[in-house]
Amino acid sequence: MIMELLPAIARGAGLTLYVTGASLLFGGIIGLLLVGAVRSPIAIVRAIATLYINMVRVIPPITWLFLIYFGLPQYALRLSTIQAAIIGFSIIASAFMAEIYRSGLLSIPDGQREAAHALGLSAVTTVGHIITPQAFRVALPAIATYGIGLLKDSALASTIGVREITYYAQQSAKQTHEGLLSFIVAGALYIIISLIVALVARQVDLTLRRKIGVA
Amino acid sequence: MDMLTQWIGWLPNLAPGLLVSLQLTGLSLLFGFPLGLLFAVMAAAKFAPLQWISFFFVEIGRGLPALVLLYLMYFSLPDAGITLTSLTTAIIALTWNTGAYASEYFRAGLAAVPLGQKEAALTSGLRGWTGFRLVILPQALRISTPPLAGLAVLVFQGSALAFVIAVPELMSKGFEIASITFEYLSVYLLTAVIYGSITLAFLGLVQVLERRLGRHLQRN
Repeated sequence: MIMELLPAIARGAGLTLYVTGASLLFGGIIGLLLVGAVRSPIAIVRAIATLYINMVRVIPPITWLFLIYFGLPQYALRLSTIQAAIIGFSIIASAFMAEIYRSGLLSIPDGQREAAHALGLSAVTTVGHIITPQAFRVALPAIATYGIGLLKDSALASTIGVREITYYAQQSAKQTHEGLLSFIVAGALYIIISLIVALVARQVDLTLRRKIGVA
Repeated sequence: MDMLTQWIGWLPNLAPGLLVSLQLTGLSLLFGFPLGLLFAVMAAAKFAPLQWISFFFVEIGRGLPALVLLYLMYFSLPDAGITLTSLTTAIIALTWNTGAYASEYFRAGLAAVPLGQKEAALTSGLRGWTGFRLVILPQALRISTPPLAGLAVLVFQGSALAFVIAVPELMSKGFEIASITFEYLSVYLLTAVIYGSITLAFLGLVQVLERRLGRHLQRN
């Protein structure tokens, strides 16, 4: 039985990874802009960025997805299920990534910036070559953890009809009446993917730790 | 203005859903937090099988998406001859999920209490459970409170998942109204506002609580 269920459910793995990866990528980019905005000298920009981050975090992910997938077409913006899921999760990821970047930046001692300034490096060079590599190293474990969290959240995309792991598991459960087995298979797939991501992240972390050599 | 009148008209229909959401969240936290503490204590037990049981339940509760856990319960319990209402099923799934996450926070909290405290308790004649309850636990709880409050918010948001197994909570009520009126955007905006404002109110409360719990530290 499991031999029939496994391939039926595993074909959703591609879309699960696609939705997770794309959302993490877009969320990561928007998060960079956000963290810049949060640290901006202009008060209004700071206020808007903080409001955005808080607003995203207090609304449940499923409500975001429904707002985007069911709500937006009312005003003629019709999205495919996958587009809606990626947009929704990117919005959510951006707020969390901004917070992760912020804590990464906070962990870099002021001395680093001052040293760069004393060496006559420009502001752009300082951010690009001194601050960001170190901050990224510090933030990487948190990013990996969040990525795994997002992977699990992406199961929600099945509620708007994205054909990912949970979607196929639900279908198998209904067609074969093997509910328990179907979702054990789905659960195992999520855990396997999480483990792989965690192992890769740890390797990258160790390599960077050796290369950059900060605590 | 138009949307606001719509919203006022829908509130009576959404209110029972919100009550179910709060009930689901409250019960999951009520059962989940003690369960998490139990898992945390079991993980530190000397008897190895207790550690394995704790590991098994914590890793499944944390490793599976809450949605998959919910479906797992919903589809498998009836096969085992257990028929429960969808609300009870959702409470069980969310309790498991909450317990698994909470156990990590409790574990971190327990580990953060300095060893000297345990030794001091021992020298004061507070052994075993008494020392744990009077000396270690209160300090661990204060350390675990902020992450547990964050978890409570996530559980409240997670309660919206119960929608998929037809628990009549806020999201399902919203979906019901939306399918009748076709005012999807307006309905989901209203649910978002409700979820958001309750979360914000709760977070404000937590801040007050944290300040109270940390009072003895600020004084000296």
